Amino acid sequence: MNSKWQRSGMRWAALAVSPPVLADYGYNLQVPASSVAHDVFQLHNLIMLVCLVIFIAVFSVMFYSLLKHRKSLGHQAAHFHENTTVEVIWTVIPFIILMGMAYPAAKVVIDMKDTSNPDMTIKITGYQWKWSYDYLNDGIRYYSNLATPHEQIDGTVAKGEHYLLEVDEPMVVPVGKRVRVLITANDVIHSWWVPALGVKQDGIPGFIRDSWFKADTIGTYRGQCAELCGKEHGFMPIVVEVVSEDDYKSWVAKKQGTAHAAAADNDKTFAVAELVARGEKVYQANCAVCHQANGMGIPGAFLPINGSKVATGPIADHIRVVLNGRPGTAMAAFASQLSDADIAAVVTYQRNAWDNKMGDAAQPAAIAAARGGAAEAAAPAAQ
Amino acid sequence: MSDAAHAHDDHGHHARPSGVMRWLTTTNHKDIGSLYLWFSFIMLFAAGSMALLIRAELFQPGMQLVQPDFFNQLTTMHGLIMIFGVIMPAFTGFANWQVPLMLGAPDMAFPRMNNWSFWLLPVAGILLMSSFLLPGGASAGGWTMYPPLFIQGGISYDLTILAVHIMGLSSIMGSINIITTILNMRAPGITLMKMPMFVWTWLITAYLLIATMPVLAGAVTMLLTDRNFGTHFFNAAGGGDPVMFQHIFWFFGHPEVYILILPAFGIVSQIIPTFSRKPLFGYASMVYATASIAILSFTVWAHHMFAVGMPVAAQLFFMLTTMLIAVPTGVKVFNWVATMWKGSLTFETPMLFSIAFVCLFTIGGFSGLVLAIAPVDIQLQDTYYVVAHFHYVLVSGALFSIFAGIYFWLPKWTGHMYDETLGKWHFWLSVIGMNTVFFPMHFLGLAGMPRRIPDYALQFTDFNQIATLGAFIFGFSQLIFLAVILKSIKGGARAPDRVWEGAEGLEWTVPSPAPYHTFETAPVVK
Repeated sequence: MNSKWQRSGMRWAALAVSPPVLADYGYNLQVPASSVAHDVFQLHNLIMLVCLVIFIAVFSVMFYSLLKHRKSLGHQAAHFHENTTVEVIWTVIPFIILMGMAYPAAKVVIDMKDTSNPDMTIKITGYQWKWSYDYLNDGIRYYSNLATPHEQIDGTVAKGEHYLLEVDEPMVVPVGKRVRVLITANDVIHSWWVPALGVKQDGIPGFIRDSWFKADTIGTYRGQCAELCGKEHGFMPIVVEVVSEDDYKSWVAKKQGTAHAAAADNDKTFAVAELVARGEKVYQANCAVCHQANGMGIPGAFLPINGSKVATGPIADHIRVVLNGRPGTAMAAFASQLSDADIAAVVTYQRNAWDNKMGDAAQPAAIAAARGGAAEAAAPAAQ
Repeated sequence: MSDAAHAHDDHGHHARPSGVMRWLTTTNHKDIGSLYLWFSFIMLFAAGSMALLIRAELFQPGMQLVQPDFFNQLTTMHGLIMIFGVIMPAFTGFANWQVPLMLGAPDMAFPRMNNWSFWLLPVAGILLMSSFLLPGGASAGGWTMYPPLFIQGGISYDLTILAVHIMGLSSIMGSINIITTILNMRAPGITLMKMPMFVWTWLITAYLLIATMPVLAGAVTMLLTDRNFGTHFFNAAGGGDPVMFQHIFWFFGHPEVYILILPAFGIVSQIIPTFSRKPLFGYASMVYATASIAILSFTVWAHHMFAVGMPVAAQLFFMLTTMLIAVPTGVKVFNWVATMWKGSLTFETPMLFSIAFVCLFTIGGFSGLVLAIAPVDIQLQDTYYVVAHFHYVLVSGALFSIFAGIYFWLPKWTGHMYDETLGKWHFWLSVIGMNTVFFPMHFLGLAGMPRRIPDYALQFTDFNQIATLGAFIFGFSQLIFLAVILKSIKGGARAPDRVWEGAEGLEWTVPSPAPYHTFETAPVVK
């Protein structure tokens, strides 16, 4: 017991003095891994210390009064009720303290907002409910989804170490490079936040905002979407892998290779069974959060696909809805998110799963054609 | 009491209808004050139950009790109802009861409008609560209603907009009434600088309401037309900007923060001198500090939006103005401490809640200062640190002052002393419960837990469990409060006119319970 109290006492002492030690206890900001995060950490400790000192000073006076100036001790009330000198002093001194705080804070603000001279630039887009990373210098683009299985969330299996903070495809950056991130969103406002890197920037649909970081240590850094973006807001984590320069280069080469392979799929023709099998995976990753694994949707919020007019109607209309979405609703446009092969697969899956026994299939070529058609249809509408 | 009413019939007062009609048609400031307070109390239990459901779901990682969408409905409605249905009506209830009594006025300036201001509220309350039953459930876009998320929702989102409009109307009319009463109906001799501090804070609050409620109405109307009539105020594809909503909303929203706390300052400034048996220290500086806070509150709104991305100059401007608010707020805390200093203190329940207010509100003030520092705010924005901060300000701030005020004036209103033992139980359980819920949230936020999430990573489990435990202690201890009030209405020791030994002011010169009509002839104050 005694040692436990001592330990917690030491934690509190550590809170004020030694930043890197205490972060492990989860009482303070995460261990900083970039210069900005480090500055913020120091700034926060400084301000906490000032607040703590003022708090103790003011409330020792109050508690002294509560103990000593009691009626039950026979204390008679004094009659003073103003003192200009004292009142001026306790207006001016806080003002000076505040300006003392504002100076280091302003320096950090100016540093944070300076996104010039980056070594590389990555465009990050928030979607309901995943992120995409677009490496503008290396021509890589991919999506990053929650990797925690639903069984863990529902509690039917034990939760893993990185429960809710793991993704299928992390963002990968080289250590010690100045990375500029351009942040936007596709549907609603999201916020890209990695605490250890000191970056939190809202992604605003239709606008691009920027921020930057320079990771100083190799490692894995985890964060989450920080702006309420609908029902799966708690389930769109961010993972940044900071790797050595060499590892980064080999990762880029590997990524470019898989991109070529995926592009080749768009020129193939598949059997229905192949499309259904592939489509089920695409459906689980992109559609099931709203329309549910059983295709029934959520009454009042998300429409069913099982037995819907779209999935059992003309296939061209079905493809169009998946490509263009339904503006003004939560149904996103998947034209830019999925490849021709993936859209063909998911449409085929939706038309053949559950009670939708349509038996037909969409091939990647049809999607490519519909994309062209969509562009032509959009052009006159815009005039 | 009824004799008194009949005796005045010849002055033009009609006999009161009985039963429901009495309350529906009443124009009496005391009746309407009670209606506001009861409405607020019922809503406290409604929105409090939502909070308990939220905390129960967050007791452990994983989804157990509710679905994510319903979770968002709960957080949204909890926020909207606590702000517009609990804290604001409770303060208006206090204003209705106390402003005429404190100023020696016979009633509010516009008694019929007063009735209308109140009866709009249950309509808005029903709109909000019933939206849970609609297809798709209640609105789930957060109480801040940010587009484009808010544009996506179903019919209940329109009902929420309508409810906000109605509550805004009610607040504007209430404020007009309060300002007119204060400026025109003071008894001879009560100059502005002799008004009780509670009246001063409400005068300033009422101006804030009149200035900002129309702004909110404009913002939600734009949401309404974006949702239903194809306008694009907040849609970039149509030339609009989602961030513009946030600017307009917080131009209302930050003064709103002070609407929720200035009357609390007023209540506490009545109670602390009473139980210190010493006049309020620095009355004039208290008035100036309140006015400065109100004026500064119009220049700080974008500190709610540092993570949106702003030019350096804007970040520095909003950081500095926000930090500046700490100066007048500090003056107030110093004044309260100086009022207690060398007093003759006793610790009845209203005083206990007021002392807890000063201490815990200051913690909320300090976390506010931490959040004012733009770079730190960018780390903490939309985390549990912010949840901890605004609950310290609104629960141990606004709500505790309401508790304090009820205990303070209840004997005057009912004519009976409340049960002091039960009151102390209520106080200690509330203070312990409240700190157990909200203090660990600071650590959660610092460690990186975002707010408004229905499920969380494993390292946040311990503090969430502590918080949930505290929430249930705090929630259920409010039943004691209900018992105290009901007991005091039914009976108890007779309260004297001047209920508290150190009490000063006109309300303590009328009998307890205060007769239905008071000050029909203005008292003269020297």
